[in-house]
Amino acid sequence: MDRHLVSSDLATSVAEIVSDLKHLEGPLLPILHAVQDAFGHIPNEAVPMIATGLNLSRAEVHGVVTFYHDYRNHPAGRHVLKLCRAEACQAMGGDRLGDRAKSRLGIDFHQTTADGAITLEPVFCLGLCSTAPAAMLDGAVHGRLDAHGLDTLLAEVGA
Amino acid sequence: MLLVPETDFGTPASHAEKLVTLTIDGREITVPEGTSIMRASMEAGIQVPKLCATDMVDAFGSCRLCLIEIDGRNGTPASCTTPVAPGIVVHTQTARLKDIRKGVMELYISDHPLDCLTCAANGDCELQDMAGAVGLRDVRYGYKGDNHVKARDSEGTNARWMPKDESNPYFTYDPSKCIVCSRCVRACEEVQGTFALTIEGRGFDSRVSPGQHEDFLSSECVSCGACVQACPTATLTEKSVISIGQPEHSVVTTCAYCGVGCSFKAEMRGEELVRMVPWKDGQANRGHSCVKGRFAYGYSTHKERILNPMIREKVTDPWREVSWDEALAHTAAEFRRIQYQYGRESIGGITSSRCTNEETYLVQKLIRAGFGNNNVDTCARVCHSPTGYGLGQAFGTSAGTQNFDSVEKSDVVIVIGANPTDGHPVFGSRLKKRLRQGAKLIVIDPRRIDLVRSPHVEAAYHLPLRPGTNVAVVTALAHVIVTEGLFDEAFIRTRCDWSEFEDWAGFVSDERHSPEATEALTGVPPEALRGAARLFATGGNGSIYYGLGVTEHSQGSTTVMAIANLAMATGNIGRPGVGVNPLRGQNNVQGSCDMGSFPHELPGYRHVSDDATRDIFEKLWGVTLSDEPGLRIPNMLDAAVDGSFKGLYIQGEDILQSDPDTKHVAAGLGAMECVVVQDLFLNETANYAHVFLPGSTFLEKDGTFTNAERRINRVRKVMTPRNGFADWEVTQNLARAMGLPWTYTHPSQVMDEIAATTPSFAKVSYAYLEEKGSVQWPCNEKAPEGSPIMHVDGFVRGKGKFIRTEYVATDEKTGPRFPLLLTTGRILSQYNVGAQTRRTENVVWHEEDRLEIHPHDAELRGIRDGDWVRLASRSGDTTLRALITDRVATGVVYTTFHHPTTQANVITTDFSDWATNCPEYKVTAVQISPSNGPSEWQTEYEDQARQSRRIAAKLEAAE
Repeated sequence: MDRHLVSSDLATSVAEIVSDLKHLEGPLLPILHAVQDAFGHIPNEAVPMIATGLNLSRAEVHGVVTFYHDYRNHPAGRHVLKLCRAEACQAMGGDRLGDRAKSRLGIDFHQTTADGAITLEPVFCLGLCSTAPAAMLDGAVHGRLDAHGLDTLLAEVGA
Repeated sequence: MLLVPETDFGTPASHAEKLVTLTIDGREITVPEGTSIMRASMEAGIQVPKLCATDMVDAFGSCRLCLIEIDGRNGTPASCTTPVAPGIVVHTQTARLKDIRKGVMELYISDHPLDCLTCAANGDCELQDMAGAVGLRDVRYGYKGDNHVKARDSEGTNARWMPKDESNPYFTYDPSKCIVCSRCVRACEEVQGTFALTIEGRGFDSRVSPGQHEDFLSSECVSCGACVQACPTATLTEKSVISIGQPEHSVVTTCAYCGVGCSFKAEMRGEELVRMVPWKDGQANRGHSCVKGRFAYGYSTHKERILNPMIREKVTDPWREVSWDEALAHTAAEFRRIQYQYGRESIGGITSSRCTNEETYLVQKLIRAGFGNNNVDTCARVCHSPTGYGLGQAFGTSAGTQNFDSVEKSDVVIVIGANPTDGHPVFGSRLKKRLRQGAKLIVIDPRRIDLVRSPHVEAAYHLPLRPGTNVAVVTALAHVIVTEGLFDEAFIRTRCDWSEFEDWAGFVSDERHSPEATEALTGVPPEALRGAARLFATGGNGSIYYGLGVTEHSQGSTTVMAIANLAMATGNIGRPGVGVNPLRGQNNVQGSCDMGSFPHELPGYRHVSDDATRDIFEKLWGVTLSDEPGLRIPNMLDAAVDGSFKGLYIQGEDILQSDPDTKHVAAGLGAMECVVVQDLFLNETANYAHVFLPGSTFLEKDGTFTNAERRINRVRKVMTPRNGFADWEVTQNLARAMGLPWTYTHPSQVMDEIAATTPSFAKVSYAYLEEKGSVQWPCNEKAPEGSPIMHVDGFVRGKGKFIRTEYVATDEKTGPRFPLLLTTGRILSQYNVGAQTRRTENVVWHEEDRLEIHPHDAELRGIRDGDWVRLASRSGDTTLRALITDRVATGVVYTTFHHPTTQANVITTDFSDWATNCPEYKVTAVQISPSNGPSEWQTEYEDQARQSRRIAAKLEAAE
């Protein structure tokens, strides 16, 4: 029998996603995005299903999932704040912003607040160097952040 | 003696015909177009430093150590990924390159432990060598900060550090030593084709990961060891090297498992085997191996191995250890007594497909010259005898037509009744490599074998036929090819007999052979069958590989002929990339057949009734030979039950476990008065033996094995036989005890005798094999270099023969009492009856035989996964645990036969091939029911075996 016993819901959804997208050229990344969209993360149990669907090995899919920091193997908080840690943003005070966010939220990078409200993540370049320091909250980018701007963003998501 | 030198050229060879001349470090060199600068340098004798390159896998360009400079070009390109170009001038050592390389090495070493003295790879470490080569003297970065090396750092545990993975029984993975060159990952993908490994993470987080960050044993890893061989450090290391140390000499020899016949370097420390490493110059395996050949040699020193001869009066007595002289004198006296009492034909022998050509030759010589009859047979009776008959009829010789390299040129491959990734793993890997390059695959098998769909390989067509209907399916393929006009008329007109073709074409064109008409019998959807036929006929070079799923049927010989018809009709004979290729089960089953192991054939497949052939041997041996064919194994057993056959000399074969209808075999053996078993272990047959002669392993003898591609490979002795004698010496001593004047002092003399008497071996000698590495027979005046491909200009028999292949259903039919069909096969980690592999760590992968059953059939019977079930046929019953899977179709169940407690052959019937008596292992009508333990037969058998294996304690000298 299958070595990974999985809930049939997960199996059904992943199977649907795979069959919808497998005709694409280079279908793995779109499938992983779709799975992450559907479940908020890429469950380990989904990896063998995707592998079987695309006739890849589990290891290959695992290699791709772990290569991209955007794919997560456990659920994030309700909101995700990504602070840019690349050179331009660092030069424009990104480090101070990072420290402020950590202390306001009481968590370190890659962690989620105890109430599950927000996950803080570092990101390496949002392509907004000209408006550094930059951040991304739930997919929306924000530039020229300062302490006040950061507090406003955090207030928006209730932290 | 030294280690056999092997040069790593860094990147694979180019096979381009166009040559390119360039200058490297002032030396002019000419190489095929497409060669890397790294390889060209190595061929010129200049070693460019490298870490991520090795010639078993494609260039990758990640380690940045192999940089070079080219006059007139910018930068410092990697020599592994830069191809040669005409007239370029390359420098491999400049001040700039030296600086870069030293800097790169410094970074590598800054995240690598400095425990060289106590490291298992000490003396065999490419990282160490490269540090030396680039002149690394200092690591300025220190060892503080982020690293993968230390389990603990000043701030507590180091989250980056990973412990050693010791889950695989044969090798360890120590991530702290890994330089992430990804050679293991690429070897797993490109060489083995399993894709079990990956690099997880990115940047400094990158680590080698089996499966999804699992240990090796729970990943998809098949333990072929290609990764271990590719690893330049101690990260992946054989446990044997860790416990023993580095080898000091090595000897090239040939694997004793399957018919692929892989060449290995046995790497030794004194007489202790440190490891087996596949030899890159081995032409069957090209440097690859499977888990059995590389790792499963522990049986040779297993505690159950019998090292002293033993005799007993009755099989119910305990064994008594005796001297070699006593054992052989007793055997000779018994055989002579039996012949005096019951007649010359009352004894016989069985040669071994696991022993060398020379040993097999001597056993049949003992029987023909010493026993004075032709009562010799071999295990090929139960596997590929239909191949011998079928291909002999169609082409004029029984052997496979190609070498293994041929698959690299195939465009469409039919695999029928074979499971190469389990049964012939190294060929399986070579086939998968070709399939990944784009060749198309057609699988004809009742079971969904791995080749049907596994990472990066997918069969274009899988025809899941009902067991026993091979002839109908292959004839239907021919029907499509002929009726749709897809046959190769030019080939047939020049190479075959046109009138025979017309007769055959008329026969197969009959509507009753159409896919639509045969679907009811075969269960194969007609559209898929038509598609497969069209693909094979029109897809380019078409090759057919088949195994025991073809031969072990009541119509085994007919299917072989049908396959031959298909190859001839499509013009797929006589050049690389095509052909009819039986995948031989045992390492030397081809050789044992060549050596005259059949009761009707002298060496070289010449009939015993042929006066000229007999004359050759009679003159040489100084005896008169019988011109009457002797008894086949089943006939011997029948005659024993009837009371006319009383003595049997069995070298290296376990007929009780491997032959059909176990109860009948037991009855036959039980009726004999002197059964002599020569083997490594007290095998199942030895339970009925009166004399046990300890055998020797392939590591303990000189000789030759002939693999499935007719390749004669040397077996070389690397250690003294623990039992005192190589098997050929035992046979010789028995012959002398029976009064034969044999005086061989080395197996090479036996080969000389074979060459002198057998035309297809005429030019073979140990000196010639030493020179050539190996040759494929026929090797004689006409083909002095041997024959990689057969039937190139014409068939051995002249014109290829088309033979009508009428499907006749087997008498073994399902019915209300036995509604399911049982078919049998092998699994990767175990070999045949398991006498060897069960005595190695390979049992971690397969500790028992399981019955594969479709979920639907299981549910009908209330069987859950892992339940004990009773498997019953008209012949008998046994119990084993169920494995529920949709790899088998409904109505079909499948099991392996590696474990004697299962005794799958209690179930199989005594139906057999109409031409050769090859038993019908692959089809048995059975019923399955829930069970709660071993069957009565299994319990009785266990008791009998335990009783029979007792060895009397040695008598101590009286005080």
